[in-house]
Amino acid sequence: MSTNKNEKAPLGVWGVNEYGYYGEFGGAFIPEMLYPNVKELQDRYLSIIREDDFKKEFEHLLKDYAGRPTPLFLAERLSEKYGANIYLKREDLCHTGAHKINNTIGQILLAQRLRKKRIIAETGAGQHGVATATVCALKGLACIVYMGEKDMERQAPNVARMKMLGAKVIPVISGSKTLKDATNEAIRDWINHPADTYYIIGSVVGPHPYPDMVARFQSIISEEIRKQLKEKTGKELPDYVFACVGGGSNAAGAFYHFLDETSVKLVAVEAAGQGIESGFSAATTQLGTTGILHGSKSLVMQTADGQVVEPHSISAGLDYPGIGPMHAHLYNSGRGIFLSATDTEAVEAAKELASLEGIIPALEPAHALFALRKLQFKKSDIVVVNLSGRGDKDLDTYMKFI
Amino acid sequence: MNRINKLFSEKNKNILNVYYTAGFPDLESTTVVLNALQKHGADMVEIGMPYSDPLADGPVIQQSSMIALENGMTIQILFEQLKDCRKNFHLPLLLMGYLNPVMQFGIERFCKMANEVGVDGIILPDLPVYEFENEYKKYFEQNDLHFIFLITPETSEERIKKIDRLSTGFIYAVSSSSTTGNNKEFDEQEKYFSRIKQMNLKNPVLIGFGIKDKQTFDIACKYGNGAIIGSAYINALNGSADIKKTTQQFLESILR
Repeated sequence: MSTNKNEKAPLGVWGVNEYGYYGEFGGAFIPEMLYPNVKELQDRYLSIIREDDFKKEFEHLLKDYAGRPTPLFLAERLSEKYGANIYLKREDLCHTGAHKINNTIGQILLAQRLRKKRIIAETGAGQHGVATATVCALKGLACIVYMGEKDMERQAPNVARMKMLGAKVIPVISGSKTLKDATNEAIRDWINHPADTYYIIGSVVGPHPYPDMVARFQSIISEEIRKQLKEKTGKELPDYVFACVGGGSNAAGAFYHFLDETSVKLVAVEAAGQGIESGFSAATTQLGTTGILHGSKSLVMQTADGQVVEPHSISAGLDYPGIGPMHAHLYNSGRGIFLSATDTEAVEAAKELASLEGIIPALEPAHALFALRKLQFKKSDIVVVNLSGRGDKDLDTYMKFI
Repeated sequence: MNRINKLFSEKNKNILNVYYTAGFPDLESTTVVLNALQKHGADMVEIGMPYSDPLADGPVIQQSSMIALENGMTIQILFEQLKDCRKNFHLPLLLMGYLNPVMQFGIERFCKMANEVGVDGIILPDLPVYEFENEYKKYFEQNDLHFIFLITPETSEERIKKIDRLSTGFIYAVSSSSTTGNNKEFDEQEKYFSRIKQMNLKNPVLIGFGIKDKQTFDIACKYGNGAIIGSAYINALNGSADIKKTTQQFLESILR
């Protein structure tokens, strides 16, 4: 396994520019209190992740700790049903049960090299919190996770996992008590602890360089897909890559090495919640307008007065009123195909995958699976769905529908 | 002459700048508070434009912002409330807020209306230096609005000098690395304050964040040209039955 490709940004217009922009989106809209930390990261992240010592340890941990490469599985019964060759990228088989660990391994190694002793993170569904608590335990660093009080209730098993791993989980009671507010509180913590603390953001959001950095750490997903497809089909390039998008880290990873391959259709699937027009949705590209959230300019769900509105999704991991700036750019430029699936459609797709393939997906990638029904495939098409996480955490929700 | 420059040309010590959130505690409180602050000895007033996600603010201002938003406060309504304020109100006036609501209102339109109602300066903590220089500076300049930058104990000397060059009204020195309304001890900050003082910046310096009573105000005034008080005043307003009286008592406790 090689991460050589990580050294290069995706070609041309899809990568981040030196000011942290993807087209008109991105940047670093941060208060002065965060400037020294963010500037240090901007100045050093690329040189650190290109060091041989870093690459060696990153590759080692991805392989022997996280369990990479994850399989690329030809789902035959699903393929038959949708009339294409459908492959599942099994990120659900990663240690801790989701792709999130790819990024937290990368960032903890970076934090160590910046000599930070205290790690903070935000979490929605708890997957990123668990992945952060995991690497902090591995490296013996203090871990503080901010989680909305409401999310702590609906994702209780993950709260228990974080505690078992020695993390301190701080309930967030400000604002709407979900992921957006957990992110606010993590940023406020960083403002209050500028010297010793490193903030591990879980998605391709936040001020530059976070979106690019997280995308690079997750890009191992598409790097493996290319290699595995070549082995299995003789072709490196699929016709379609499907991934769900909240902030968009698994999609960024699954798209990364295909961004400049225009024959590959990149399909991003957002959470429509109870329906895009229902007032209870998290489909940011459909409902959002250009704005600033959590330090970057992107599409944001907001009122005409610029107040951020509370999204809704059955999936806590997609329940976010923004989207990473790279995805906003893919949407605006037409490079990405943006679809959505509702709460009940996601549950239906999860049940279908469980019964056809014996795999229980998390609610998040279940949205991507549902979107298979929305496009017409040719029999010969190669379709990759990024199965970003497993469904154990969502069993309570699924049981309500059975 | 911009009222901020005029103030500093007449008084360069012990300046008291008081912050409050527009539309708090009630939607119609905005001008009542404004006039009470003038009457009881404030030198400058900073009105907060409430935002749903105020990253640089601690719990007190988060709470006042949320209440103000529930009361229906918007930038448009604030400008309407301030439309005639200059008939009675003569102190320098600042608007403080976050970039997103201003961006949605339209930055050009915002600056124009701010100037029309008699605003002298703008504080947007999440509009950083790079973006300001690159895209926004002209709108503030065209409308005679000073854009106020923050510096912190972590800001390098080189960057402070750059900010001093870019600034036209005053520099807002954040007392410690924190969100607003913190209770960090002031003792360790004095080294930072004196470092700033020794830099002999061309702009006046007001110290804010954690200034809550006479003692902290006096320390800030020892090193800066004055101080900014926000959360402590919001706390006083919270649950107050009589805004005028509360304001009088609060300012007397600071200035006595």
